[in-house]
Amino acid sequence: MTPFLYERATDAQTALALGSRDGARYLAGGTNLVDLMRETIERPEILVDVAGLFDQIEDTDEGSLRIGAGVKNTGLAADRRVRERFPMLSQAILAGASAQIRNVATVGGNLLQRTRCGYFYDDAARCNKREASAGCDAVEGFNRNHAILGASKACVATHPSDMAVALAALDAVVNIESQDGHRSIPLVDFHVLPGETPQIETVLRRGELIAGVTVAPNGIAARSRYRKVRDRASYAFALISVAAGLEMDGGVIKDVRIALGGVAHKPWRAIIAEAALKGGPPTRAAFEEAAEAELAAARGLRDNAFKIELARRVIVDTLSKLADQGVR
Amino acid sequence: MQFFVNGGEVDIDFDPRTSLLDLLRERLHLFGPKKGCNQGACGACTVLVDGVRINSCLALAVQYQGREIVTVEGLGVPGALHPLQAAFVEHDGFQCGYCTPGQICSAIGMVSELKQGVPSHVSADVAAESFPLDHDELRERMSGNLCRCGAYNGIVDAIQETFGEAKAESEKSEAA
Repeated sequence: MTPFLYERATDAQTALALGSRDGARYLAGGTNLVDLMRETIERPEILVDVAGLFDQIEDTDEGSLRIGAGVKNTGLAADRRVRERFPMLSQAILAGASAQIRNVATVGGNLLQRTRCGYFYDDAARCNKREASAGCDAVEGFNRNHAILGASKACVATHPSDMAVALAALDAVVNIESQDGHRSIPLVDFHVLPGETPQIETVLRRGELIAGVTVAPNGIAARSRYRKVRDRASYAFALISVAAGLEMDGGVIKDVRIALGGVAHKPWRAIIAEAALKGGPPTRAAFEEAAEAELAAARGLRDNAFKIELARRVIVDTLSKLADQGVR
Repeated sequence: MQFFVNGGEVDIDFDPRTSLLDLLRERLHLFGPKKGCNQGACGACTVLVDGVRINSCLALAVQYQGREIVTVEGLGVPGALHPLQAAFVEHDGFQCGYCTPGQICSAIGMVSELKQGVPSHVSADVAAESFPLDHDELRERMSGNLCRCGAYNGIVDAIQETFGEAKAESEKSEAA
């Protein structure tokens, strides 16, 4: 670990002032950042500890839930309002990491966690994300866990979060603070595809701090599900995950949300599939057609082509079960 | 910097790069928490902070100033074991013993989460009022602790006997 100056910010204004300096990074739970610092992949000169800031979950006047960036993953998954109104969000968080990590990891840190691509962690390997223009050993290497959608020649890594996949399906908005004021960005626009600059992972600017995410009410809670497929029964990253929700109106799909995890550099909102389904009947044939349309652009690498078929099946099966189930 | 460790107050200065695990082991000579993977995968370093289980290897010690930290040494001592420690002995909940302090701290944190109504990945309805400590829930909730000897059956039995409904059930089946 390279040396750093540690500072604790006890209020947001102080945090933003401290965090806007060259070489500064915000530290929340630290479950990913501390590990990356130990591997010297992250080398902040100043760590601004924001523990305890933005740690509330609040109802807004519009009926939304404003979730502070400092809320622990466990606290969010266990919140009664989240469990009742956005159960897929609780399910997604509980499908990720271990209890020990969820007790420490925060909402903001979860969004900013970095890929678990093995070549990103291995400093004997080439990685464009770790070192600009170094090359990528994953493209033709061991890439079973890598991206099938939206990847580039420069980077085929996936975003590891489960929580962010549910937030993408829920149309969450990311609230960002800086010394210049605040701005809000839809979660689906917060993370970016790798293109030629995979070291850039979000639209966050230097000095900006995530204050939280806002989730608006929807009609899908009663028929929604976060489904994760992984190599182990517990505590493993997703091969494929699907956050899906249906709102029915008579025999017709009124609203449908589908987001995929484990497939891309960012949580992947399946807008093509959603558009194909909206206003139509909830039949298996319709789900199959929608999944095919979404995955038409998918490309397999040496080891991960199975993910395309796996994604298709998990989308179809998850939606079929939601269509068949009684409303809770 | 000030900490409260196993009921006592500690004042100590250290390099801010020091992990909580290294502070406990190398500076405070509490060798209960173990360094297994040092990256949050194995759970051998699990300790309780204000009653909450965390991986001490993924934490910088400076983050936990002023907090109440409990390691396995703070739970029980020879001759006055914590009931869960006694149950681990009774049920062969270990072979080499390396993961045991983390398993025990983790299980105590796990039961506290259960009492607070925290759901898990295997809970059928995350919005339920409470969750049972059945076999599947226990294994899922303890999945952040690995045991390379594979003493899982004994670990599950020890935790069930101490905190779960298994005791009542086994007594029932013996009576039958």
